[in-house]
Amino acid sequence: MTRDFPVLSAGPTPRTALANWTFSITGGREPKSWTWQEFRALPAETLTTDIHCVTSWSKLDTSWQGVSLDVLLAAVEYEAQYVLAFCDGGYTTNMPVADLTGGRAWVAFGYDGGPLGPEHGGPARLLVPHLYFWKSAKWVRGLRLRDTDEPGFWENYGYHMYGDPWREQRYAGD
Amino acid sequence: MTNGPAADGPAAYGLALEDAALDGNAIGGLLIEIFGTEMTTATGTCGTCGTVSQVAELAVYLRGLDTVVRCRGCDSALMVFVPVRGITCVDLQGLISLTTS
Amino acid sequence: MAGTAVRGRLTWQTATVGSVIDETPTARTLLLDVAGWPGHRGGQHVDIRLTADDGYQAERAYSIASAPGEPLAITVERLEDGEVSPYLTQEARAGDEFEVRGPIGGYFVWQPAFGGPLLLLAGGSGIVPLRAILRYRGLIGSSVPVRLLYSSRRLQDVIYRAELDHAGDGVEVIHALTRSQPAGWTGYARRVDDQMLAEVAWPAADKPLAYACGPTSFVETVAAGLVRLGYPPVRVRTERFGATGQ
Repeated sequence: MTRDFPVLSAGPTPRTALANWTFSITGGREPKSWTWQEFRALPAETLTTDIHCVTSWSKLDTSWQGVSLDVLLAAVEYEAQYVLAFCDGGYTTNMPVADLTGGRAWVAFGYDGGPLGPEHGGPARLLVPHLYFWKSAKWVRGLRLRDTDEPGFWENYGYHMYGDPWREQRYAGD
Repeated sequence: MTNGPAADGPAAYGLALEDAALDGNAIGGLLIEIFGTEMTTATGTCGTCGTVSQVAELAVYLRGLDTVVRCRGCDSALMVFVPVRGITCVDLQGLISLTTS
Repeated sequence: MAGTAVRGRLTWQTATVGSVIDETPTARTLLLDVAGWPGHRGGQHVDIRLTADDGYQAERAYSIASAPGEPLAITVERLEDGEVSPYLTQEARAGDEFEVRGPIGGYFVWQPAFGGPLLLLAGGSGIVPLRAILRYRGLIGSSVPVRLLYSSRRLQDVIYRAELDHAGDGVEVIHALTRSQPAGWTGYARRVDDQMLAEVAWPAADKPLAYACGPTSFVETVAAGLVRLGYPPVRVRTERFGATGQ
């Protein structure tokens, strides 16, 4: 068990069997879904990045393996400008589609050279390093493309809709 | 309570660390702050599955400054506390009732 | 108006460290002076708040180690990567101040009117509130029979060991050392399991009252085991500690 970064959880760890796991994008012209095998057959990247947690903690040079959202979104025709990411356990978080493209976001399945453990969001989590880490949703299962920016779980309670760490956008109004 | 590794960690008892939720005792102080009275002996009824529990026995997830309290029967969020700039947002929508003794 | 405790109001007060006692290599008891302390019940806890020079605050809950009527005391176990416990167990000394609020808790408490016999189950630092309950029982001269099952890693990790060795009439203390045992040890040398519970617990027919405290996994193992032995869930009170700090 790695203790490289603290596990701050809002609920019990979901444990979805890979045989039952899918990643879906809905809200485009047609829904698109990948099984675990199909997802792992997509071209993947290894990346090293810093992550910024809202509790004033940052971890530098974390190493991940994942599929770029550019690859996933390329499989869908859409006009939507926003997404709501949804996850096992019921967690949701929102962001502009533009923040998922241009090589800035991944669905990550590997951390630090090994498979992403459930306590850190595995089998796969969203990874959006340029936003606060609560946007990098653990146990992600898909995206709902939307025309409007709807608040996700924490955003509903007052967390910032966008969450730019460089502008310290932790809470709505920051 | 003591936040210590204690002699027998969860791994020793076959439970992964991330499943180690606390219970309502851990937020006794927060609850007095919010409700103005001792609440760990209060009884909550889950709006999703109907399970009735004493607050002291509910599953509590401490997430930095935020707190999520869940039903042990169905994991639904019963209470969510999010402090933002000194004011705490309190969401009790997961409960169908919360009764002090 | 003096700092009387208004029912339902919890305010942060200043606690001054009076003295410290090293209980084990990793656990320390701090006696605290709090002006106008309203008193406490065995099993309750306090919230402690430390404020750094830069204004950063950290809050933790610690069980009260002393009985009603005794000076306020907490016992803290040092966490390797803890934010608060290293300060409390290694740096805090007489005269130091921090904030405290309490006493807190109305569930994990015992009163003679609740009856017994009592089954107390401690995992590591879970012994702290149970020791407060034991001291209370002793102070009021209760004759309710008690069995305490106390699980620790090694003998040197047993908190309040001398006190528990002389717990007095009607109190039976059973130790389980899970990681290593001294030469000649004849007690339990493994983690608590159903077999051990069956050997130690009062029969359900005696209508015992159980209090289980320690890391979540310990508490859930023993609580489930007691229910399997026929204890009604409402007769098993639980308090879970954080297994790790941040």
